[in-house]
Amino acid sequence: MASTNVSKPETPPREEIAINLRDPYLAAFLAWLIPGAGHLYQRRFGKGGLFMICILSTFFYGLFLGGGKVVYASMRENDQRLAYFCQIGVGLPALPALVQAYRAKNNLSPLPLLDPPIMVPPKMAGNQDELAEWNRDPNLKFDLGTLFTMVAGLLNVLAIFDAFGGPVYLVEAEPAAATTPPKPAPKTPPPS
Amino acid sequence: MMAILFGVHIAQLWYSLPLLVSVSLVYAATRHELMGPILQHAIRFAISIGLFLSVILGILFLMSWIL
Repeated sequence: MASTNVSKPETPPREEIAINLRDPYLAAFLAWLIPGAGHLYQRRFGKGGLFMICILSTFFYGLFLGGGKVVYASMRENDQRLAYFCQIGVGLPALPALVQAYRAKNNLSPLPLLDPPIMVPPKMAGNQDELAEWNRDPNLKFDLGTLFTMVAGLLNVLAIFDAFGGPVYLVEAEPAAATTPPKPAPKTPPPS
Repeated sequence: MMAILFGVHIAQLWYSLPLLVSVSLVYAATRHELMGPILQHAIRFAISIGLFLSVILGILFLMSWIL
């Protein structure tokens, strides 16, 4: 049972807020698995809801913009999807891409998550270059969707740290009246 | 040039708005615990990002205009 005391910096005098982080490792894992779930486990419902709404809506909006194609896992020679390393930060919503990548690699039909199936790697065999077709979209929806989903994953990394260690509160300077000027050093006579 | 930049691509600038809101709120929430300070910080942060992006947009526009 870890706990930390956080001071509220905006309203002097400072108000001490006790936060019970419960099991920080479990909270961090839950925060990764479903954004906001770690905070809900810690009974920090306000922040949990805020993280869940902001991160998941950003992720799913990006997925919608890209037509379900922007989140996929691939480490093929001609298609190394490095963006997925950011997208996986959002946890469970990005995990079906691993299943789709496994099934595509083994020539199995993709999981029918939606119609057409989402998170399926592009077909790159022979003269077929599906990725180039996706990138040819003049409205840049593929790029925008990739950006949104990457940002959502990276934002969840911040939320994971918050679930693990509590907020990084800003320490404001003390009021001027409370500060005392440093005492001048006593003068010493020069050595004779 | 202005018609090209702000006429054709202006609609794409709106996509930055939900990102701005989301990033500001999440970042501020990792700095505070209570909703009041979170919202205050988020508003300040969103204004800062908006100004920064506007300056970058202005610089890029001038460069595309001059070069």
